Amino acid sequence: MGTVQTGTPMADLTGLPALMQLADGRFPTGGHAHSGGFEAAAQREGINDLPAMEEFLIGRLRTTGLVAAAFTAAACQYFHQAMAADQGASLLDRLAPLGRELDARTPSPVLRTVSRRLGRQLIRTGRVVWPHQGLDRLASVPGQGVHQPVGLGAVAAAAGQPPAHAAVAAAQESIAGPATAAVRLLGLDPFAVNAVVARLGAEVVRVASEATGPADGPASALPASAGYLLDVSAEFHATWEVRLFAS
Amino acid sequence: MRAHAKLGVRLRPGAQDTPRSHVSRLRSHGPLVLRPTGERLPGWLSRWGADPVDGVTVRLAAGAAGPLGGDHWRLDVEVGDGAALQLGAVSASLVLPGAHAARSLSETTISVGADAMLVWSPAAQIAAAGCRHAGLSRIDLAPGARLCAREEVVIGRYGEEPGDFAQRLRVTRSGEALYDQELAVGAASAGWNSPAVVADRKALGSIVVVDPATTNLDLFTAAVSPDVPDTAVMRLAPDAVLITSLAPDMISLRHRLSTTFAGFAATR
Amino acid sequence: MPADQHDHDHNHEHEHEHEHEHDRSQDHHHGHDHDGHDRHDEHEHDSSVLVRPSGEDPHTLRATPPHVHRDTLEPLGRETRRALRVGIGGPVGSGKTALVAALCRTLNPELAIAVVTNDIYTTEDADFLLRNGVLPSERITAVETGACPHTAIRDDISTNLEAIEELEQKLPPLDLVLVESGGDNLTATFSRGLIHRQIFVIDVAGGDKVPRKGGPGVSTSDLLVINKIDLAPMVHADLAVMDRDAKAKRGDLPVLFTSLTEDPTAATVTAWIREKLAEHQR
Repeated sequence: MGTVQTGTPMADLTGLPALMQLADGRFPTGGHAHSGGFEAAAQREGINDLPAMEEFLIGRLRTTGLVAAAFTAAACQYFHQAMAADQGASLLDRLAPLGRELDARTPSPVLRTVSRRLGRQLIRTGRVVWPHQGLDRLASVPGQGVHQPVGLGAVAAAAGQPPAHAAVAAAQESIAGPATAAVRLLGLDPFAVNAVVARLGAEVVRVASEATGPADGPASALPASAGYLLDVSAEFHATWEVRLFAS
Repeated sequence: MRAHAKLGVRLRPGAQDTPRSHVSRLRSHGPLVLRPTGERLPGWLSRWGADPVDGVTVRLAAGAAGPLGGDHWRLDVEVGDGAALQLGAVSASLVLPGAHAARSLSETTISVGADAMLVWSPAAQIAAAGCRHAGLSRIDLAPGARLCAREEVVIGRYGEEPGDFAQRLRVTRSGEALYDQELAVGAASAGWNSPAVVADRKALGSIVVVDPATTNLDLFTAAVSPDVPDTAVMRLAPDAVLITSLAPDMISLRHRLSTTFAGFAATR
Repeated sequence: MPADQHDHDHNHEHEHEHEHEHDRSQDHHHGHDHDGHDRHDEHEHDSSVLVRPSGEDPHTLRATPPHVHRDTLEPLGRETRRALRVGIGGPVGSGKTALVAALCRTLNPELAIAVVTNDIYTTEDADFLLRNGVLPSERITAVETGACPHTAIRDDISTNLEAIEELEQKLPPLDLVLVESGGDNLTATFSRGLIHRQIFVIDVAGGDKVPRKGGPGVSTSDLLVINKIDLAPMVHADLAVMDRDAKAKRGDLPVLFTSLTEDPTAATVTAWIREKLAEHQR
């Protein structure tokens, strides 16, 4: 246990309420209907207890969580840069490579559809919560809109967050969603599930730092860590007759 | 040990002035030995208008053991416009630790010219205990190029945990990303053996097929099949399909990949 | 290892290679057409190459055809005139889906209607509507609710909004969108951000004490429908008591007693919807 710093200047806290709101599972962006692959994994791999859930969460965090955090941080960074450079005129051009690189890192069409749907929903919510002309531009993206990490990075930027904070929100979200699903699906003790998520906090920060490093560089240099079973299971899950979660 | 091998294949006029693919450059280096063989191309390539004998087959004989820790291998391949190359390996490669716990690295960079075709099947890599290896395959396709890339990884020899092994395959078209995924297993990659990544499957394989004649890809009809576990066919783009499969061992992996590929490979 | 990491040491040893004279392949233009448009071709589909949709794909938000599929990238349209959105909630088994079916059957000849269902774990309600042929399949969308049907209509309405807007853009102009909630409990209620009016459906078989117990649906819905009144004698429900209690909870808000067995057209509810539609369109 490290010592807790007291007397932190208030200036450091100004972005915190928005960050907490953004990372709150109740922030209304449609995430509640998705289990992040947990429903599929629980059934296919027989996950039924806390240790197995924890293993899943770590695997997800280190693969798609890392990719999501890196693209979220990059989107946040590019958003700020576009605003600084030309009041956002170049925003869509700057973000476009992130969309293509995310497509290449999301081989499952089911998960690409989910990601775009969630991205669109994030922009929809973000425009109301933190009105910003950059988000208005993103709402006009042709096609089915931006991927979830791009949406999250943009909304985080509109809410005044730096890329590192956006990356933490994305990494945290990559495990908080499935953890909530685990409570609903398996009836696991919610206190114990939250204890697992809290224990993974250090790993969340590691992933977020790793993700923020390359945010300045080109989209092609961002991580491509793959959750192979997440992809394959998502395709199987999509064919189920009966299921509780959309993905 | 550092090694840098190069291969070039080009079209040039053959008998009756019919253009034929031929090896225009062949540079083996150290343990990376490139051997042109007289093999015919697989029959299904007729779907791509390839004459079974009009194409070059080259196999990489990288020695049965290696890369070892400390090795840095590079292979650069250029398939000229309109040419056809099948590039394989003589045998599976066993990725082992070196004497000084150093990392090993192998990079393969392939460019496929306009309307050219490449069949890339480098045989399985076996990530042995204690290895510290990173592999990167980059394949860039010019407009009209066709690709069938098949990569297979065995995650530890029988009964052993793998070392730190990473393998990334990045396929681009005129530089733009089409597929980019990295497998990372071993103690340095927390959660690698979880149900999010491989969960005790010992073999992982993927086949990327790029075919500008997109209706060919509609031959892959089912995303998943109850008869082929842990295997999915995923459309990457209108003209690109990925098959990903996981299996308890190499034999069942090959069976799953081949069964799934069969619909496409069946000649008309 | 980063994809763009390149080892650029070219200090290698002698090369054993044979470079052949250049041939016709050099004539090919090997450059890449970078006019900035080619990257968008993934957003444009040649309809001839689209994978055949499955039966359920067109009418659900499940990205789920069993065959190989791709993400559809149809552009989102701009704002269109908004249809009247009516939420229909109520406990499990009170007859929500039957009421939706009746409304569609009665109103379809005169109005452009679409339906969003919020099923708990299947597309059963959507399937029921389809089987009964009350609307063409492209007019019905099933939203998945992640085991929490009330969340999807109250706390996080994103997916439902999305579904409604997709229907509005796909089928313009729509007059009426019915949003049916998943069967939940008496506390479930629709967000005002999602719908314009809400109907709460209870039934006499649930007991004649339900209106007295109240809850936001019973007390504040724009219309309370007390359904299955033909069963009242069999379940010993006193309609007068229900009427009195409902009025006590609701003040001037309307209450309708219905039996879809006796009146399959749901005439009184349809009349109410016509009235609200007229107000909405003014």
